[in-house]
Amino acid sequence: MRFLKRTWLWFDDLTGLSAMLGPLLDHPVPKARKTAWFYVLGSATLIAFLIQVVTGTALASGYVASSGQAYSTLQFISSAPIGRVIRGIHYFGASAMIILIGLHTIRVYLMASYKYPRQMNWLSGVALLLLTLAMLFTGQLLRWDQTGFWSVLIAAEQAGRVPFIGNWLGHFILAGDTVGGATLSRFFAAHVFFLPGLMFLIVGLHLYLVVHNGISEPPSTKNPVDPKTYRPWFQALLAREGEPFWPYAAWRDVVFGFLVVATVVGLAILVGPPLLGKPPDPTIVEATPRPEWYFLWYYAILSIIPKWSENWVMVWAPAAFGAALVLLPFVARKGQRSPIRRPWSFAVVGVILFSIAYYGEVGKIAPWSPRMDAPPLPATVVGATSGPVADGARIFHDKGCEYCHKVAGYGGIRGPDLTYTGDTLTPAQIITRIYSGAANMPSYRGNITPDQMSALLAFLGSRHRQPIEPPVASGQP
Amino acid sequence: MSENSPSDAPTQSRPQLNRRKFLVRLSIALSSIGAALVAVPSAAFLLGLRKSPRIWRTVGKLDDFKVGETVNVAFEDPSPLPWAGVTAQTTAWLRRVSDQEFIAFSTICTHLGCPVRWLSTADLFMCPCHGGVFYADGDVASGPPPKPLNRYPVRISNNEVQILTMPVPIA
Repeated sequence: MRFLKRTWLWFDDLTGLSAMLGPLLDHPVPKARKTAWFYVLGSATLIAFLIQVVTGTALASGYVASSGQAYSTLQFISSAPIGRVIRGIHYFGASAMIILIGLHTIRVYLMASYKYPRQMNWLSGVALLLLTLAMLFTGQLLRWDQTGFWSVLIAAEQAGRVPFIGNWLGHFILAGDTVGGATLSRFFAAHVFFLPGLMFLIVGLHLYLVVHNGISEPPSTKNPVDPKTYRPWFQALLAREGEPFWPYAAWRDVVFGFLVVATVVGLAILVGPPLLGKPPDPTIVEATPRPEWYFLWYYAILSIIPKWSENWVMVWAPAAFGAALVLLPFVARKGQRSPIRRPWSFAVVGVILFSIAYYGEVGKIAPWSPRMDAPPLPATVVGATSGPVADGARIFHDKGCEYCHKVAGYGGIRGPDLTYTGDTLTPAQIITRIYSGAANMPSYRGNITPDQMSALLAFLGSRHRQPIEPPVASGQP
Repeated sequence: MSENSPSDAPTQSRPQLNRRKFLVRLSIALSSIGAALVAVPSAAFLLGLRKSPRIWRTVGKLDDFKVGETVNVAFEDPSPLPWAGVTAQTTAWLRRVSDQEFIAFSTICTHLGCPVRWLSTADLFMCPCHGGVFYADGDVASGPPPKPLNRYPVRISNNEVQILTMPVPIA
């Protein structure tokens, strides 16, 4: 022990480490009292980031960033027991990081800690939030399975909606004319060097600002922020009741941070990383790319908005959201910080959280997606094995009707459920719909023979709440 | 040097300031030029996109395709990088319209780029992502796609069917 202590003193004498770090650890922080546990979210985000740095470095040592080989290196990593766990930690670490940075942003927003003098804290935090989203996108793509491959094209097509530079931007994402050898390397470089490098710099700035401006005191209705008097007032508050950060505030960060690490590692071992999809082979046309859970809500919103609004939602809504985040600390730079006096802030957070949860669920179901794997209706549902009703049921499947219309639990849910069409629509109405189509249904005029149509009518007309006598399969009163 | 040693003396302030200004400007200029010497080629490498030529790729013999049928064909990109592997492939939906006439549709949905599938019994292309549907001629039948399916030029050369490669159509 004595030797260790002497070594440390020698090292510290040569480096001045304790003289540099001491003030950082000892810097006084205001008493947070009841809200103390809300203050652990920032450090927990940092811990999640560090988890990603460590496991990402480990993964990079087994990964080949080549469009042709990345998939097999991922198979290799996933087949090794420790590789599987590391992939799991990296996956759940990413989820933890976006959840924690989201909650941290919400905490800062609700407590209005972004007001004077902490505007730069907020702006650097916004940059980190956006960079985290970029990391999520580039990271899920490095899995380089079928979904990863098509994500690049989908991203490029979305970028293509940007006015003037869209085409260039889209091809910049592809790294050329088509998805190919250059594509994955570019995303790898972004995910492993460019974005994390920026994040290290901005995390440094963010932490420096936290110490420089001091951790915000819990808001109180009695102390609105006045930029003219805030700093001396805050210094007086710290002198009066401040506590050294280490260990009086830091212990909570450590406890919560440990829980984050334990949860992430536990999930990685128990649940494991997401399974690899099919290989990134464009000749496999049967592909149904879906985003990870954290982008499902966005996928859902893009799917349900009206057609005319698409360019606005894809290009201008994210831009407006970013602009709102940047302008917030300048528009609301002083005054009340207490959320009780800013009730709309709860509404804003409520709407955002509800939308993410609700549209995330909708995105999971994806009611707008045709169920192209729907099997032909079984005879028990059809109620006939031959004759016009059976023919009609086969045409219902072959013409793709079933991909969007459900009958007795089979088929898609994009269009109306047709289990009881016989009760709700007359044959004339059915014919009109099939021939004229609708915004989300193709017109079958010229695409269906009179024989096929009459069989289809027989089938749809036989869909009743109370089944007609089974033997009288084709006859319909 | 030794005569001027009290550098903060007020009498010396002017020449000192000029010297100081010069050194500051020199340092800033050299730093900027040095940074640009490294940054410009790096950025040019990063931003530069590899342009491929457009070339005709054979996708099969004329007799491989039946009149009226639409099939998926794969062909290699014009100048794939050696490590591109399977991603060097591109696919198209190729239909033999008549004896000498072919149409090749891009598989990429004009909505957001998912791969559309040909439903041979329904004579429709359908996109699994947002349910965009295209008629057999590539026109939008329903759903969100803003434009008809893109087409590749096709030709018959020496009894072989060839498709002219093109960049991924974006916007």
